[in-house]
Amino acid sequence: MSRVSVPCHVKGTVALQVGDVRTSQGRPGVLVIDVTFPSVAPFELQEITFKNYYTAFLTIRVRQHTSTHTPAKWVTCLRDYCLMPDPHSEEGAQEYVSLFKHQMLCDMARVLELRLILRQPSPLWLSFTVEELQIYQQGPKSPSMTFPKWLSHPVPCEQSAPLLEGLPEPSRVSSEVQQMWALTEMIRASHASTRIGRFDVDGCYDLNLLSYT
Amino acid sequence: MLQEESDLSLIIAQIVQKLKGSNLYAQLERQAWASLQRPEIKLESLKEDIKEFFKISGWEKKLQNAVYSELSVFPLPSHPAAPPEHLKEPLVYMRKAQGSWEKRILKSLNSMCTELSIPLARKRPVGEQKELLNKWNEMGTDEPDLSLFRPVYAPKDFLEVLINLRNPNYENGDSLSFRTHLGLIQVPLKVKDIPELKEFFVELGLTTGQLGIDDSTQVPPELFENEHVRIGQKVLAEQDSAAAQQYIRQGSPTALRAELWALILNISSQPEDILYYEQLKTNVIQHDLLVDSLIYKDVKLTASNDDYYFVFEDYLYQVLLCFSRDTSVLGHFAYSSASPPKSYIRGKLGLEEYAVFYPPNGVIPFHGFSMYVAPLCFLYHEPSKLYQIFREMYVRFFFRLHSISSHPSGIVSLCLLFETLLQTYLPQLFYHLREIGAQPLRISFKWMVRAFSGYLATDQLLLLWDRILGYNSLEILAVLAAAVFAFRAVNLMEVTSLAAAEAVLADLSTLKVMPLLQIFLFATVT
Repeated sequence: MSRVSVPCHVKGTVALQVGDVRTSQGRPGVLVIDVTFPSVAPFELQEITFKNYYTAFLTIRVRQHTSTHTPAKWVTCLRDYCLMPDPHSEEGAQEYVSLFKHQMLCDMARVLELRLILRQPSPLWLSFTVEELQIYQQGPKSPSMTFPKWLSHPVPCEQSAPLLEGLPEPSRVSSEVQQMWALTEMIRASHASTRIGRFDVDGCYDLNLLSYT
Repeated sequence: MLQEESDLSLIIAQIVQKLKGSNLYAQLERQAWASLQRPEIKLESLKEDIKEFFKISGWEKKLQNAVYSELSVFPLPSHPAAPPEHLKEPLVYMRKAQGSWEKRILKSLNSMCTELSIPLARKRPVGEQKELLNKWNEMGTDEPDLSLFRPVYAPKDFLEVLINLRNPNYENGDSLSFRTHLGLIQVPLKVKDIPELKEFFVELGLTTGQLGIDDSTQVPPELFENEHVRIGQKVLAEQDSAAAQQYIRQGSPTALRAELWALILNISSQPEDILYYEQLKTNVIQHDLLVDSLIYKDVKLTASNDDYYFVFEDYLYQVLLCFSRDTSVLGHFAYSSASPPKSYIRGKLGLEEYAVFYPPNGVIPFHGFSMYVAPLCFLYHEPSKLYQIFREMYVRFFFRLHSISSHPSGIVSLCLLFETLLQTYLPQLFYHLREIGAQPLRISFKWMVRAFSGYLATDQLLLLWDRILGYNSLEILAVLAAAVFAFRAVNLMEVTSLAAAEAVLADLSTLKVMPLLQIFLFATVT
């Protein structure tokens, strides 16, 4: 289904760490990224895509718009989603990831703000984050057309006159013709993607040196 | 799940698109047209009748084999937002490292070109073309002056590059800590450990019959060998690629091996394929490439000096020279981390219409490259079939042995797997060798880069390559390398220098591959 990108503002990452950042030896293992949508009304979230950079686990919390006057609360919609099966090795470390509405724990109907909580328990990596974050909402549905009444509610046909001997039934003929038409359409639409085996240009293969770009 | 359905339809669309350009598609179309004459094909149920006809006549099986072949070779479609470089190699620093390595190779080739004043490519004059055509079958008798040529690189140069590979986001402290790798490879790729390898290579277990072990003279053939040969013949009769791949995990009988490998690699010698090979031969005769001299030099240095392979020298030229002209090999760069070298027609620098790849197949041979072809000469005697098999083996497996990538069968992962296995299961030996300055990878690297070709006896090598095809993975090379060290551990513990360690491991020609693998994986007490 179609999707439309929602312009979002990604705030700077905040590291969560116990104790004083300057004096402690280790690097933070938890980062929080807030994503706000300043110019957009509360929308229904369809998909989140991003490029991972050494984040092992992702938790997403969402704040939704409520119709009543109660203040909007933060709800966890994705808990500890594993991006790297082994946090100490490179598997999954730089992959592109998509998260969909149906993977979320709660309804994502009127999203106001998102909070991404990134975790990387392994001390081997110098930094971790997610990049190229994109949020999508559902695109507009295809416009519904109004059919003329005779097309959507065909008049039941009367009993057809007895057929002449030897002629095939019209409904069978029409279904066969439909099938053949569909096959010809398919053949017309397909095209091969073979490579032509020539390596020279018009018979000439006299080269300069190899180029470095 | 929505995601899996959309993934599946994407995979299907990709495979259909690929197969549309192939010979098989044209053949199926021809067969479908021809089948219209048959009485059982009725117009009203055209689609179903033709499908039924394909099933009965064996064409559906050919299509199944082609689809299976595509699935084995091509990676799964990636995320829509991922650029094509991501499909080649997901880790950015590895892409950069491969890029700089390639630049070095290009510089080396360019400097050879300018120093020797030999053009990269030259159209042969008609007289020379006739001469080459006449001695096509005995190019080995030619003794051109190759003293000025040197191989572009050797495996040990490549090893130095891999040793210096670093992830910029990884804690590479100077002091030894739990973070440092004790071996030469310093990147933290995911490799299998022995429990995972046992599961992966389950058919090599102690309770399963193996060719290479259970067909030795002391074992009566009724126990395993006869039945295994019978099943092999049945698999060949059925012409099923997937079944053949499963079957060959237990080894292939010598008589059936050539056909089984052709079935697994989905190679059938059609007239079009023979014609294609002849076209490549014409290309060789018309143009002379600098790369040809490198190939000549490599064959003279390696295969011609080998006791087993020197008889195949002429075949090697016929295959490798044609391989350099084959543009269909460029297709594998979509899933390889490497990129083909580019150049421009003289006088048209920078104009994209005059950009070409050099060599036409994009692969620059290195020292030892001809050893990938040599073992295949035992199986195939017809040049075009030998060529097809080699080309398919290269674009499925061998290209991973000389490019920097994070793929589990890539050479970096194989090196790390070897070192990790040795460290975990032979820690004393590993520590001792490291202390005397004989890092084990320095010795085993050349074995793995050549897939053990030229180091093992040929029958053992073919049994090993059976398993590479059967498991569609090169990890068995790293396991065998570790198993060889385990076998010679007692002698290695007594050496005191790298040279002495090399001497202990210099001759592998007496080793039996399958017992070593079985013992290392399934019978070593840890």
